[in-house]
Amino acid sequence: MTTTTASHHADAHAAGHAHDDHEQSFFVKYLWSTDHKVIGFQYMITGLLMAMIGGYMAYGFRMQLAWPGEWIPGVGFLSSQQYNAYVTTHGTVMIFWFAMPVLIAAFGNWLIPLMIGCDDMAFPRINRLSYQVFLISAVVLIGSFFVDGGAFGGAWTAYPPLSAKATMNLSPLGSTMWVLAVALEFVAFLLGGINFITTAMNARAPGMKMMDIPIVVWMIVVASILFMVSVGPLVAGAAMLVLDQQLGTAFYDPSGGGDPILWQHLFWFFGHPEVYVVLLPAMGVCAEIITCNARKKFFGYKTLLYTVFATGIISFFVWAHHQFVAGIDPRMANVFTITTLIISIPIAEMIFLYIATLAGGQIRLNVPMLWALSFVAEFLLGGVTGIFLGASGSDIYFHDTYFVIAHFHYTFVPIAVIACFAGFTHWIPKMTGKMMNETLGKLHFWTTIVGFNLVFLPLFITGMWGDHRRIYNYDHFPDLSTQALQDLRIASTVGLLIMIAAQGFFVWNLIWTWKKGPAAGNNPWQGTTLEWSTTSPPGHGNFHPMPTVYRGPYEYSVPGAEADFLPQSQPPA
Amino acid sequence: MSTHAADHAHAPDSGDEHEHVHPPSFYVKIWAILTVLFAISVAGPMLGVKIVTILTAFGIAIAKAYLVCAYFMHLNIQRRWVVYLELAVLGMVLLFWFGVAPDVMKHEGQNWENVAAKQAVERGMAAHAAGAAHADAPAAPH
Amino acid sequence: MSFAKPLATLRTSAGLPTGRLALWWLLASEVIIFGGLLASYVMQRLGHPEWAYEAEHTNIWFGAGNTIILLTSSLSAVLAHQAAQTGDGKKAARYLWLTIGGAAWFIVNKAIEWTGEISHGFTITKSGFWSFYYTAAGLHGLHVIAGATAMAIVALDAAKNKELQRVEYVGIYWHLVDVIWIFLFPLLYIAK
Repeated sequence: MTTTTASHHADAHAAGHAHDDHEQSFFVKYLWSTDHKVIGFQYMITGLLMAMIGGYMAYGFRMQLAWPGEWIPGVGFLSSQQYNAYVTTHGTVMIFWFAMPVLIAAFGNWLIPLMIGCDDMAFPRINRLSYQVFLISAVVLIGSFFVDGGAFGGAWTAYPPLSAKATMNLSPLGSTMWVLAVALEFVAFLLGGINFITTAMNARAPGMKMMDIPIVVWMIVVASILFMVSVGPLVAGAAMLVLDQQLGTAFYDPSGGGDPILWQHLFWFFGHPEVYVVLLPAMGVCAEIITCNARKKFFGYKTLLYTVFATGIISFFVWAHHQFVAGIDPRMANVFTITTLIISIPIAEMIFLYIATLAGGQIRLNVPMLWALSFVAEFLLGGVTGIFLGASGSDIYFHDTYFVIAHFHYTFVPIAVIACFAGFTHWIPKMTGKMMNETLGKLHFWTTIVGFNLVFLPLFITGMWGDHRRIYNYDHFPDLSTQALQDLRIASTVGLLIMIAAQGFFVWNLIWTWKKGPAAGNNPWQGTTLEWSTTSPPGHGNFHPMPTVYRGPYEYSVPGAEADFLPQSQPPA
Repeated sequence: MSTHAADHAHAPDSGDEHEHVHPPSFYVKIWAILTVLFAISVAGPMLGVKIVTILTAFGIAIAKAYLVCAYFMHLNIQRRWVVYLELAVLGMVLLFWFGVAPDVMKHEGQNWENVAAKQAVERGMAAHAAGAAHADAPAAPH
Repeated sequence: MSFAKPLATLRTSAGLPTGRLALWWLLASEVIIFGGLLASYVMQRLGHPEWAYEAEHTNIWFGAGNTIILLTSSLSAVLAHQAAQTGDGKKAARYLWLTIGGAAWFIVNKAIEWTGEISHGFTITKSGFWSFYYTAAGLHGLHVIAGATAMAIVALDAAKNKELQRVEYVGIYWHLVDVIWIFLFPLLYIAK
């Protein structure tokens, strides 16, 4: 049985179900739906709400750092215990409840079935279940703020003994709820990931070969594989941590024969690939936008895929660079330094491919393109500063300073915020059928970018001056409470206030789009991939009739062609 | 891993519905071999030779796992990349082991020593020695 | 609520049924979960020779009994698959219920074994070995329960000759549960 006949057979079988669209109650339509587009919206909205919570936490602790001990509008006085809980929850939320749901789950749900030309995910009910588990995990995490002892405050890395012993973290329930929430989130993304991988592998439109799959789908699938393969040991490790917390076992307690270093390995064996789990979908989103708005075929599609596979594989060999000062063997540190520096090669190659795609293109500087270009520029800064931290010698100096904070925010903010807005502004016309406002979008873009750089550029400097992270009030440390350092901290906090205020433009834009956004039409950006060949928003079943693929994903400005783009579903002349 | 899936899409059918159906007796035969192997793995330690115990215990575990995976899960007639996928995941476990064991299994290394772990070993050994003085204590291991 | 399978579930561009494809990925994730746990156990066990004295208190006959139960239940699971291949849903369901019986017997054995051990003071906090012993076997036990539940759901459908392909899928999952035990048995009971 060949691909084509199998698919045609299945297509014929499902044709009977294609038009069973009927009136559904609000509950069934929006909360209990198995439709991938609705679930994508659920993930997107939940992710953005969680980002607001994470941003609120950042506001709380940055205000405390700029003006220690003073009353914070909207927060009140922040105690040291609360400060720790805010920092921990900010990190956890932004990675697990914002970056992952938006970049993998929301874009994965929106784009995979549309881009590969089928009507839904392979397992729609498992898809719904994965969102529900995810929602429960978010509730558990937020709930931990309201239990006795408050939320967990032992940092998002949850190193024992601080995370394992209630006598140290003072949050006997909060710390266990934190582990439970993270574990539930993992379950949700394992379910979702299997769904994404299976759908992209098995449910492609007739004619779509491996090398016809749009880059962002590849990226989400590779990211899902990375997640699935890296998270296993940590799932076991989380069970062990809960037992340490609640039953008094000694998996990570040296006095009982355990080893805290084991947790660090279990955590970072997952934690480092996790960086690439969120990076790859972000790169994919930007690849789609850049190639569409440069009106040029993506430069080196296959090369990009090979660099992605290389990145994915190498990302498993670098994890201990987070532990250089934790007491790991220096000989292993050498190995991990080398592998860490090697991984910059495929990433740099990817950046070159993006730049090569831009070269000679007819670039349209619309809002999604601005976001995508700034992603490349800002992420570059984050990547380059990582070299200092990946080399074990310099990392010993930089470890746990604000240099680290600035470095990973220069990677994560481009990933989670910039690429998220890039994808959002690019695909929201498709998902809602309405165009967003360009002027408001550009205001939002420039204020966010200025705010973001003002937050984190000063932190590189304070970090190099030795400013230690995880300090609640620098007044207690005379060496670190100099006026010069404090000025930079205040600059950083002002940057954050600008960045938060900038999101007002985004909300304004959303309301404007909802109230009077002009109709988008099927293909507002003149894109080639399959999602642009259906209606905006796509109806139940996505395509009528189901598309067949005849060409590669990025046939822009093909010489001799009438239009400057050839949709994938357009048969050869 | 998954990436080569569709490369095989046009290959002759190997992992599909129309596979050869074995008679029940075939599976009973595999089960009988598994049971014999299992008996050997239980009998192995009774010889009291450590190397035999380890060989029979883990060598036979691998043999049994192979039989179950190949004939019960039908990995032998599955598409090759499925086997490679599962082996790649096992490779990740090995990678984890080799990355972590130098710090966790070893209790000393270049310029470091895990004092707490060494003390834990000593305490355990001493407790056993004290316990062995009692008549009801089990015999010391090899 | 009736549920019509979308086209996406029925397509097979990768050349194998969607359910089985997803199952291989699920197995991969399970392998790495148990792999991480067992790797942690093995490296700690090799670093702590004193754990061997603790391991002596495990009862090899309980472990052996459970091994043979799981091996046999794997046989009935594969016979269920064989029956499903020949289109005999009723027979497949009977074999699945037999397998579920094996799972139940396994859990009962485990409960008796653990009750004895805990009452003799070998609790999860007694030492590192016992912590890993209960964690690894407990996690495996949860998989036994999950597998049995899935088989019960599939067996109810299979008896009506519906969704027969799922008999194979739960079977494969059950074999994984068996394979994990095949490694847990020597690691926890034989190596002393």
